[in-house]
Amino acid sequence: MSEPTRYQVLDRAPTRWSDRALRWETILLALVAVVVAVNTVQSPYFLDVYNLSDMTQNFSEKAIVALGMALLILVREIDLSVAAIVSVASLGIGFAAKAGISPPGLFAIGIVIGAVCGVLNSFLVTAFGLPSIVVTIGTMSLYRGIAQVVLGDQAITAYPSRYTDLAQTFVLERPPLYLAFLLFIMLAVVFAAVLHLTPWGRMLYAIGNNPVASRFSGIRVERIRFILFVVSGALSGLAGALLTARIGSTRPNIALGWELEIVTMVVLGGISIRGGSGTVPGVVIAILLLGLTTFGLTLLNVPGIVINVILGCLLIAAIAAPIVLARARLASAARLH
Amino acid sequence: MRPIGRAMMRVIRGYAREIMLAAIVLVLVLSVGARAPVFLTFESLNGVLTDSAILAMMALAQMMVILIRGIDLSVAANLALSGMVVALLSEQAPNLPIIGTILVAAGCGAVLGFFNGFLVASIAIPPIVVTLGTLAIYRGLVFVVSGGRWISSHRMPPAFLDFPHETFLGVSTLVWIAALVAVATAVFLGRTRVGRGLYAVGGNPVAARYCGIDLGRQELLVFTISGAVSGLCGYLWVARFGIAYTEIALGYELSIIAACVIGGVSIGGGIGTVTGTLLGALFLGVVVNALPVINVSPFWQMAISGMVILTAVVINARTESRKGKLILPEARRAAAGGSL
Repeated sequence: MSEPTRYQVLDRAPTRWSDRALRWETILLALVAVVVAVNTVQSPYFLDVYNLSDMTQNFSEKAIVALGMALLILVREIDLSVAAIVSVASLGIGFAAKAGISPPGLFAIGIVIGAVCGVLNSFLVTAFGLPSIVVTIGTMSLYRGIAQVVLGDQAITAYPSRYTDLAQTFVLERPPLYLAFLLFIMLAVVFAAVLHLTPWGRMLYAIGNNPVASRFSGIRVERIRFILFVVSGALSGLAGALLTARIGSTRPNIALGWELEIVTMVVLGGISIRGGSGTVPGVVIAILLLGLTTFGLTLLNVPGIVINVILGCLLIAAIAAPIVLARARLASAARLH
Repeated sequence: MRPIGRAMMRVIRGYAREIMLAAIVLVLVLSVGARAPVFLTFESLNGVLTDSAILAMMALAQMMVILIRGIDLSVAANLALSGMVVALLSEQAPNLPIIGTILVAAGCGAVLGFFNGFLVASIAIPPIVVTLGTLAIYRGLVFVVSGGRWISSHRMPPAFLDFPHETFLGVSTLVWIAALVAVATAVFLGRTRVGRGLYAVGGNPVAARYCGIDLGRQELLVFTISGAVSGLCGYLWVARFGIAYTEIALGYELSIIAACVIGGVSIGGGIGTVTGTLLGALFLGVVVNALPVINVSPFWQMAISGMVILTAVVINARTESRKGKLILPEARRAAAGGSL
């Protein structure tokens, strides 16, 4: 109702300067520029390559999960069980590490466990036609419950350094990059290419805008939903493998509350919560914006929870501003006539 | 006799889900009691009620939001913030009467809820996005107003702490307040025009609009109520457990939504009853309290509630679709009989 652009179909890419300037991604980029400029003035430690690289460690795992979440929200679904899948994947990795499995095997196990959890989610959503928000609140409880039942108040900390080094040391020296961030960038390129350059990606937009019409035009809506939940689960499993390696321990409360942070990344990135609009580059820029803001505020010794207040305001302001502006423009146009 | 029998059948059919859920709760209580008779004593069952009271109130408020196709994820953060505000107030003004404390808590919560409602109704941001943002903001403000301190029971006045524990007719104040909230909600939803309007909006927003129902005002109202109840529960929570700190009730919003879902509230809006939601909250309360009694590790609690939620949504999805098919034959029969 309040989004007049939602059902607008463009025959060609917007080419006018004003079209480009008013795009969501441009606004986000401008915000990133402001954050970088302010932080550079505020702290001499901000524009240090090693500091910036360390900064990426704080969000890369969440960012990887956010890519899968973005596609799900695009087709009007949501997966709130992602953080719980991280905990189950970490649990499986813990047992595999005890059994002496090599680091690549541990990553594979994490991804497979995540994918299996994703299959259960998608089965419940597609086979019974249930709303995904309810299903994944249930499976969130179930998956994290499994981690709690198995671990109790214990933790698994016996990880080989060959595994933890993968996430704790630079995988590239020049420029200094961590594995999680490198994987995120590579996955983001793949996701952007699939979503924006292939017919499959166009189908996701079609489903997000009108699932019924999509079904009648021959798109296998249920199958695509199924695949997206499995992808989201597998990415969560990958994130679980990276996080476990980075912190070197598995506890039942690992990644607690991540699901809401990840949804925030996606929504700030311009993916409409009602589905059908938004881009992968937008999400990537939003993730960088959130990461840089957090990092800058941390350098200024702002406590983490106060940073959350600022990020919450940023989310609401960023979503509200275009709506308020559009309304003001409409009002002034009405006055001219 | 026959009209009475038909009326009874209609009641049973209308409340099939509630009756089934009540039966499940009863069977659960009895089977736990069979293994551990101590669970069936008055004290123990009273404890279950007291434990479920806050969850029940929060679930009822959440139900109203979900009825109009909204969702309020900020309730637990609102609870923590309002609870911290009254805890700080009790430290500063120990002689404030309890009614004043309750009004401040509910008022503080209502203001926070109104802010959600304003963003949803006036700026038209989807509720899930608004409350995701305010969830972070309110939780962070708890830290800001308290400076990260823990306010423990020895800093709170005795009257403030004792209120939820006081008993009337053997049942604690908490349960009485929850009962009051439940009755008020039932009257509001069942007997007032605005309350019926919530179901209308949830069932079909477009049709409701043509009937002259103002969705924006409903959103404002419902979010404010949700906030006020959260604020009230904030005081009760802090006084009951005798401590206020930044992380109280962290993640509680999801248990609240779970109670609604188990109670048969449809996340798509328009469907949900007070009885069902109360039973949903009671169910979770029974599970939490029963586990230690039958010597099951409390770590099972989360996994069990997960399985219960999934079972409940699968069952609800079936009954909802069946209900849609039942309407036609009944309508045909009514038309053929020529009477209503």
